[in-house]
Amino acid sequence: MEANPRSTGRLPAAFLTPGSSSFMDFLADHSPGLLPGSRPLPPVQGAVEAPHGTTIVAVTFEGGVVLAGDRRATMGNVIAQRDIEKVFPADEYSAVGIAGTAGLAVEMVKLFQLELEHFEKVEGTQLSLEGKANRLSTMIRGNLGMAMQGLAVVPLFAGYDIDREKGRIFSYDVTGGRSEEQQGFAATGSGSVFARGAMKKLYRDNLGEQEALTLVVQALYDAADDDSATGGPDLARRIYPIVTVITEDGYRRLTDTESSGIARAIVERRLEQPDGPRAELL
Amino acid sequence: MTTPFYVSPAQAMQDRAEYARKGIARGRSLVVLQYADGIVFVGENPSRALHKFSEVYDRIGFAAAGKYNEYENLRIGGVRYADLRGYTYDRDDVTARGLANVYAQTLGGIFSSAAEKPYEVELVVAEVGVVPDGDQIYRLPHDGSIVDEHGSVAVGGNAEQISSFLDQRHRDGMTLAEALHLAVQALSRDPNGAEREIPAERLEVAVLDRTRPQQRKFKRIVGRQLARLLEAQGAATTPTDAPSDEQPEKPQQ
Repeated sequence: MEANPRSTGRLPAAFLTPGSSSFMDFLADHSPGLLPGSRPLPPVQGAVEAPHGTTIVAVTFEGGVVLAGDRRATMGNVIAQRDIEKVFPADEYSAVGIAGTAGLAVEMVKLFQLELEHFEKVEGTQLSLEGKANRLSTMIRGNLGMAMQGLAVVPLFAGYDIDREKGRIFSYDVTGGRSEEQQGFAATGSGSVFARGAMKKLYRDNLGEQEALTLVVQALYDAADDDSATGGPDLARRIYPIVTVITEDGYRRLTDTESSGIARAIVERRLEQPDGPRAELL
Repeated sequence: MTTPFYVSPAQAMQDRAEYARKGIARGRSLVVLQYADGIVFVGENPSRALHKFSEVYDRIGFAAAGKYNEYENLRIGGVRYADLRGYTYDRDDVTARGLANVYAQTLGGIFSSAAEKPYEVELVVAEVGVVPDGDQIYRLPHDGSIVDEHGSVAVGGNAEQISSFLDQRHRDGMTLAEALHLAVQALSRDPNGAEREIPAERLEVAVLDRTRPQQRKFKRIVGRQLARLLEAQGAATTPTDAPSDEQPEKPQQ
């Protein structure tokens, strides 16, 4: 039987074999060439030049979680793209933000979204948040060969846990190692060091949604302030960070008007106090 | 070795068709109707776990009557087909027409292959358009043919009678509550003409709603929302079966 999704002929046997609810498992059986991890690695000397995405931050608040990212992609010292999108909905109750090689990361997210949707359609129920985080782990591990050639993808995964009724953040390393962030905030990408420093000083337990939204944009501003690969709010071109929020009502991306409101307010304040809000000494 | 008796191809096909039709007729009927904002699927289903309707893709829904394991297999095959196609090309390139074609080829292949028993299933594949004119409903009988349907369609046990009942009463631009009420009315009619009550817990209802802001338009209607819709219409219609000319009030949503 022809293994060909383009033909309008009869469904090949692999399509009608009961068993796995995983789209990746199906791809591995049916057309492994489409799986990112199963491609042979070309032998290359040195690093491959490709656009890299930079900083992603996430913060939990009472009733949900906020995930945001800057808009810059760099290739060496060149700004490859000013308005790249690096935060995506994974499904109705979770989102993923990507740092690392942009091309591979976007493909990974596309497959991850499909993996969750496929499971939901076949099983009639959603994966648990842990289950989703574990699937992403497997996908990152599949990219290890590429990562060793300098094409790493390191995402940040955030979602609303319907069973525990709270927002949760999972961070990863290049080998697919996964850890849940217990202190309520996390960052990944080249500017993450600065963003984490800012969040450490600004985060508190009883944040409301609006405060959490301001906090992530503050952290991105600080990251852009000290990391050349992270882009700050670009008022002239009207390019603002992508800010998303997930609560029990599901995923929502802030409109441009909303995120520009937050970004403009922060820029306004920084004109007077360039280093941002001050924390207490003791 | 014994020589098999000669059976004419026409006779063999007739036997197989009869076998499949009998299997389908044992299943409960279900109906699929167009309404103003999309397409509604209504069926009697005592089980909450084994669905007759499900989502295949953003705008495409699937309904089946007949043998569970067979249509479940086809459903999963369809989901895999749609997801693979969307992954290879784009989400817009997954269409009900393409899916219906693949199902028809599959059912037809199984039906005419002497080595396999024919599937005792009848499928409906529906796609909700951006505007009502873009809606597509395909009915796929057991033998691999495709019927392009408009307005309303019924499959399963008592399909013919229910279809003609629906044909007379269905009109374009019905509200969801009106369409749901008509569907329940059609399903509650026994073959001998008597009516019986189908309680809301035994109804399985799903919609493809073009007004949903999400990319995925399929949604199950359960619990309070279903009760509210059934009630909204119950209060607004006259007790007679005949379609009334007066405009029923809009359901509160």
